[in-house]
Amino acid sequence: MSILSYFRAKKQSSASVAKERLQVLVAYERNQRNQPDYLPQMQQEILAVIAKYVDVSVDDVQVNLDENCSILELNVTLPEASKSRA
Amino acid sequence: MAEIIVVTSGKGGVGKTTSSAAIGTGLALRGHKTVLVDFDVGLRNLDLIMGCERRVVFDLVNVINQEATLNQALIKDKRTEGLFILPASQTRDKDALTVEGVERVLNELSEMFDYIVCDSPAGIEKGAQLALYFADTAIVVTNPEVSSVRDSDRILGVLQSKSRKAEQGGSIREHLLLTRYNPARVQAGEMLSVEDVQDILAIPLLGVIPESEAVLKASNQGQPVVLDQQSDAGQAYLDAIARFLGEEREHRFLEVQRKGLLSRVFGRKG
Ligand SMILES: Nc1ncnc2c1ncn2[C@@H]1O[C@H](COP(=O)(O)OP(=O)(O)OP(=O)(O)O)[C@@H](O)[C@H]1O
Ligand SMILES: [Mg+2]
Repeated sequence: MSILSYFRAKKQSSASVAKERLQVLVAYERNQRNQPDYLPQMQQEILAVIAKYVDVSVDDVQVNLDENCSILELNVTLPEASKSRA
Repeated sequence: MAEIIVVTSGKGGVGKTTSSAAIGTGLALRGHKTVLVDFDVGLRNLDLIMGCERRVVFDLVNVINQEATLNQALIKDKRTEGLFILPASQTRDKDALTVEGVERVLNELSEMFDYIVCDSPAGIEKGAQLALYFADTAIVVTNPEVSSVRDSDRILGVLQSKSRKAEQGGSIREHLLLTRYNPARVQAGEMLSVEDVQDILAIPLLGVIPESEAVLKASNQGQPVVLDQQSDAGQAYLDAIARFLGEEREHRFLEVQRKGLLSRVFGRKG
């Protein structure tokens, strides 16, 4: 019995994989649709400014607004040896 | 004043029309004057599922364009007392429906009926948005499958932002109707369970309709599946309607039906 359940536990059912994937995706999409329409554009422009000085890509810059649009959070992951371009 | 119910899903082919027909018929069977409105312009099918396809003369677009009166377009169901169908048009013109036109028709229907059940087209764009815009209540039809669950969540987003209720600062009453449920596959870990889907969508569960042969049989005959009261799907829909009307009903058909000893020995059908 214990050996059986050991083998069972190792292989995750496809339904639980589906559930995990959905939970991540749905949380992400809900967050996206609660954000104001101007956010992607703003993120682009902020990225453009930062990229003038530091070597960053789109994935390195995260812009988040909290639920009531009262705090803007800006997260920039700088490259290892952050070289300025100017 | 009628209650306006939209049957919607985002994803196509999950059972909106089947469910609209079942729920509309069920409400009428319970004594409520009900009209089924097909919003799937260009792809009307509700008439076929209700078995009144040969009686369609005028449709929703004709009424909106004032080419026919509501009374001329409404089809009285021959089997169920107090049930009417307003078919969709077969026009290819996607702009045939206007917000003003739909509002006028719904207002007029509202004077005549207790419930207006709107069968939405698939998608989350204009056609689906118009079908849900004036709704008081939404029945979100979902299959236990990743793309259907995701699209249900997206249509919930639309209900919460693009409906008239939402625009006025209120909210549409939301219900989850999980259809094509296969308990054996759930048990085998091959299909999302009711609990899984509820965890993700987080809206109240109206009912679970099993995957059932009775549905195809009913549609072949042009007869909503609730009229097949022996069938599992028919009974599950009737339970869901009772819950909709505020009754408490235990969820059935969630477990694998075990064959009794006798039927196993004699190979009788369960
Ligand atoms: N519980 C069920 N068991 C078995 N088959 C079902 C069930 N519910 C629906 N179906 C089948 O699924 C198919 C699609 O159903 P239906 O037309 O109601 O979906 P829909 O959401 O209205 O589709 P569309 O998005 O194209 O309007 C039909 O062939 C129907 O018979
Ligand atoms: Mg349909």
